[in-house]
Amino acid sequence: METARSNPKVNRLRFTLNGRQVEEARLSPTTTLLRYLRDKLQLTGTKEGCAEGDCGACTVAIAESGPDGRPQWRAVNACLILLPMVQGKTVVTVEALRGEDGAYHPAQEAMARALGSQCGYCTPGIVMSLFEATYREDLKDRPWKLDDQLCGNLCRCTGYRPIREAADRVAGSCPADRFAQGLAQAAPQSMELRLEAEGQKFFTPVRIGALWDVLDFVPEARFVVGGTDLSLEVTKKFARPPVLVSLEGIAELRELKETEGAFRIGATVTISELEAWAESRLPSLARMVRYFGARQIKHRGTVGGNLCNASPIGDLAPALMSLGATAVLVSRAGERKVPLDAFFVGYRKTALQPKEILAAIEVPRPGPEARAVCYKVSKRRELDISTVSAGFLVEVGADELVIRAQLAFGGMAATPKRALKTEAALLGQKWAAATVEAAALKLAEDFTPLSDHRGSAAYRARVAANLLRGFFEETRVHAQPTLTSRHTGTVQTYEL
Amino acid sequence: MAGPSLQHPSSTPPNPTEVAQLEEPLTPLHQPLLHESGLKHTSGEARYVDDLPSPPGMALCLVLTSPHAHARITRRDAAKARAVPGVHAILFAEDVPGLNDVGPVIHDEPLFAVNEVQFMGQSVGVVVAESYDACRAAAKLVEVDYEPLPAITTIDQAIAQGSWLSDPHVMKRGDVDAELWKSEVKLSGEVRTGGQEHFYLETQSTLALPEEDGSVRLLCSTQHPSEVQAIVAHVLHVGRHLITVEVPRMGGGFGGKETQAAPFAAMAALAALKLKRPVKIWLNRDQDMAQTGKRHPFMTRYEAGFARSGELKALKLELFSDGGFSTDLSRAILDRAMFHSDNAYYVPALMFTGRVCKTHLPSNTAFRGFGGPQGMAVIEAIMSRAAEVLGLDPAELRAKNFYDDAPRNVTPYFMEVKHDRMPRLWKELLASSDYLARKSAIESFNASHPHARRGLAITPVKFGISFTTSFLNQAGALVVMYADGTVQLNHGGTEMGQGLHTKMMAICAHELGIPPASVRAMTTATDKVPNTSATAASSGSDLNGAAVKVACETLRARLQPVAARLLGVPSESAGDILFAGGKVFLRTRPELALPFGKVTQEAYLSQVPMSATGFYKTPDISYDKSTGRGKPFHYFAYGAAVSEVELSGLTGEHRVRRVDILHDVGASLVPTIDRGQVEGGFIQGVGWLTCEEVLFDAKGYLLTHSPDTYKIPAFGDAPLDFRVQLLEDAAQPDVIHGSKAVGEPPLMLALSVVAALRHAVTAFGRPGAHVDLKMPCTPEALLNAIEAVRSV
Repeated sequence: METARSNPKVNRLRFTLNGRQVEEARLSPTTTLLRYLRDKLQLTGTKEGCAEGDCGACTVAIAESGPDGRPQWRAVNACLILLPMVQGKTVVTVEALRGEDGAYHPAQEAMARALGSQCGYCTPGIVMSLFEATYREDLKDRPWKLDDQLCGNLCRCTGYRPIREAADRVAGSCPADRFAQGLAQAAPQSMELRLEAEGQKFFTPVRIGALWDVLDFVPEARFVVGGTDLSLEVTKKFARPPVLVSLEGIAELRELKETEGAFRIGATVTISELEAWAESRLPSLARMVRYFGARQIKHRGTVGGNLCNASPIGDLAPALMSLGATAVLVSRAGERKVPLDAFFVGYRKTALQPKEILAAIEVPRPGPEARAVCYKVSKRRELDISTVSAGFLVEVGADELVIRAQLAFGGMAATPKRALKTEAALLGQKWAAATVEAAALKLAEDFTPLSDHRGSAAYRARVAANLLRGFFEETRVHAQPTLTSRHTGTVQTYEL
Repeated sequence: MAGPSLQHPSSTPPNPTEVAQLEEPLTPLHQPLLHESGLKHTSGEARYVDDLPSPPGMALCLVLTSPHAHARITRRDAAKARAVPGVHAILFAEDVPGLNDVGPVIHDEPLFAVNEVQFMGQSVGVVVAESYDACRAAAKLVEVDYEPLPAITTIDQAIAQGSWLSDPHVMKRGDVDAELWKSEVKLSGEVRTGGQEHFYLETQSTLALPEEDGSVRLLCSTQHPSEVQAIVAHVLHVGRHLITVEVPRMGGGFGGKETQAAPFAAMAALAALKLKRPVKIWLNRDQDMAQTGKRHPFMTRYEAGFARSGELKALKLELFSDGGFSTDLSRAILDRAMFHSDNAYYVPALMFTGRVCKTHLPSNTAFRGFGGPQGMAVIEAIMSRAAEVLGLDPAELRAKNFYDDAPRNVTPYFMEVKHDRMPRLWKELLASSDYLARKSAIESFNASHPHARRGLAITPVKFGISFTTSFLNQAGALVVMYADGTVQLNHGGTEMGQGLHTKMMAICAHELGIPPASVRAMTTATDKVPNTSATAASSGSDLNGAAVKVACETLRARLQPVAARLLGVPSESAGDILFAGGKVFLRTRPELALPFGKVTQEAYLSQVPMSATGFYKTPDISYDKSTGRGKPFHYFAYGAAVSEVELSGLTGEHRVRRVDILHDVGASLVPTIDRGQVEGGFIQGVGWLTCEEVLFDAKGYLLTHSPDTYKIPAFGDAPLDFRVQLLEDAAQPDVIHGSKAVGEPPLMLALSVVAALRHAVTAFGRPGAHVDLKMPCTPEALLNAIEAVRSV
């Protein structure tokens, strides 16, 4: 703590906005980037459409380095970003896209030419998502990735066809312009922060040792990383959390490692980083992550955040539970490991002790023959919360007998939960339609789902059983099938 | 992509999908222009009410709302709240100097509730303070005591309790009961359609600026500035001349800012006048969704008689709409639902009865289609059902019932159907969409796939154009010319994204023969064009365009003698002087052309008046509600859509695989804009019918009050294969430059998706199995329908 106190640079907010250095010391640390842009700087191009990350009208871009160290532009929801979260970073808003000569950015030109705007209110946000897309090399010839890139931007006027036309034009075009150069120069600066203002405290330690010191100092602190959930308390309930500790600045929590037998996923790895990484390594997890949320949310949401939230409808939990994952918990005293099934101890409750954090998730490498798929059913395919989600892993040994069955569900109970009775009905049986039918009947013993605005109990029960049937069908074709570009349901249909 | 072509819409490209470069045409009319604000939208420079710089001393508002759907107010006390630092005022009904009412037609909607609250979210008062933090702190300290009363929260409860907002409206022809009795096949049942949240991206907002003489200037996001002006004037008890309403632009309207901007504007105006300081009101998303009305849910009971051949013989309908707690526009919306209960079909014998239910929910209001979609959804459900029961191809059954030559050319309200484009349009679309071949391909897919089925359907739209309250069909314009030949264009319509300004600029530029860049569309304002009608009912370009044309004709007639003098043409030939391409010339001597600016300069020096108004009213329309007869519409807009879907039998999820639309916009004023209306309207309709579900709990609490729980279509929900064509060679007589209205009709093309989903559902069961598919067709509704046809 002494070093922090003696270094005045960590006592104030510092970041680069549209090419200029910004410093603030007297602002509430839960001021959102959106309110700061609009109210303090009169940068009103960035709009508030929902203040919950569901519409994208507030999208801005941040230069960030992924686990591989390469900086990239990331579209994010300014409404959910608390100012300390951009400490040391580079932010670009729609106002900075036109050049000093008045020339429009390719994303702007493409949108105007395609008549991609009607009322124009969502347009600056869409332009900023297209801005990220412009510099994404992996977007060439990947239509579903365009869906993912833009599903976080709602447009009520156009029906999206002209926006897709604009996106097709600029996505992956990677011009060598000042933004590409700026990215190269946006060397990541330290996020370290120790801010006290307006009766609130916000700490961003950058080493794990410093974290324990901070926690001794403010044991009542709440943890935050991307803020995609916690910020809602600020934007929707107008809460002013008194003490927040961000884990975003600690590099060792953000590592992705693999050994021969297992993968280790750092707790502050973002969902978008996980998605790119899992594609070739854990196809079933990648399948779940695709519909986890909008690109903007995936850029800020983290593996640890989604799990520690312990929501019964968090999408990662059933996926990781089906893969047999273990939670790695760390405190000053050291490290302990808890099977993920045991990590969730009640409705929105975890096994974490005070001053203990989730540091990583370990996932055993599935065998090449393992059948593994994750499913998510929601009212809307993209950017929606699960009605029912599921992760399945089945291994079949000699004589087609089931030797391993790990079935986990979300949306079916107060916590993400394994279907133990259903699993038992599969184990040792022949992997066949009749076995699956018999096991599906056991789901009613494993779960008593609730009815709510996302779906009735009867629908949830029926879908849970049908997902198991669909899993059997789908894995007859491929053991770990990836999603096709424009599949209809979460259980894919194959052209026959 | 050269820079200059983007600077204004004049250099306009030919292909409607992609605007490439072209030689500048002589007129911008009927050309594929860019949206007039497109570039400003993309750069963030386009300003909306909440983006305007805050004037010094500006106060903010927070509406105090009812926590009960229905309750008596027993006590109100704001003493503690008024003491909160930063609070300027807390206003209640007793602070209203004029009429405490904001009902647009019927005065049954208090600005602030007095003795009784009638929906959860109803305004009881308003806190005005220097910050939202202060507003919220004060609101917590306002004490209002309620005595809860029984609440009606569904149409069924309202019917059971006789809770109404209107008398029955009846349309009748022939002896429907006898014809039903005689019919070979009789169908009966009920069709329900749900509400729909407008979800304009920009929420309700107004900035009120007190000015001299007790006047107030309002910058307001509204489709109906004149009505906001009128309501604010009677709330403040002043003449309308003291109230000016301006609409910079809206971030979407869709009907939601036709009447429902007024209450919030009135609160801001009231506070501004009281406090003598600028006051802004802006609703956040949750407040907007909870406090404002939505599309009316409908429940319709039907009895339909068909011949085995598929011919509709008789139709009896009882329509009930959920008006919410006050009348708002509910009666006109119900009327329009009844006017569209025939859609494109001739109904020989009929009786339609409609009534608005009163419930303790937000007052439902205009929403693109204005009842038309709710009416059409019923007849289309009946047509699908008849085809299923009779085992006929639904496309053939529908075509068999289209309006035809006399006597099969008279609507249920005794209006003659003229210029019927449907038979031609239907035939062209069946061919261009390859309907028959695709249908057989789908049958083989369905026969072989384990758990997915596909469906294909074509449905028609015939939509009546005009306000059905006939006197509203009027519009004005004010065109102001400057000596340098540039023009300011004022008209009564508002821009909410639909491209009205783009079209009006094109008409103005065309009439004066100047490039659109010389024309500036001004902020819509009640001090420029008075007593305007709402920009609604798809009427914006028809009415305002005609008014702009008249104003420009007046100016042209004044410039002609000036030009004649300059050209040395005898004054009796002045009428032969033309205006085109920025030039003024004699028809027979185009080589001796004068620049337009030279003529205007000379006109100024010659003391010629340089501004003119234009006025237009739609001729020969009227409707007598007491007899159910008349000609309420100037004409009909037509369209048809073919949709193909794939449906999962495991989860009820679906995807729209391909959509083909052929739509009649007459001779399109600006085809790029019209295409955007067709595509956007269609997807909005798809949202209403599939993923958008407005849900209240039994206590009247809105469960779906943010996009977290209320799902409008997202990027990936739009079909990848989306083929939209505008009907060619289709100029409409007696409408501005042969065009037709386009705002609302395409929304109803989305009924083709429901028909296609029904087709896919039937493929899960035996032929003829009864399909009971609820709307919206959510995954759960679809899976229920699938399970039902499987079980028979």
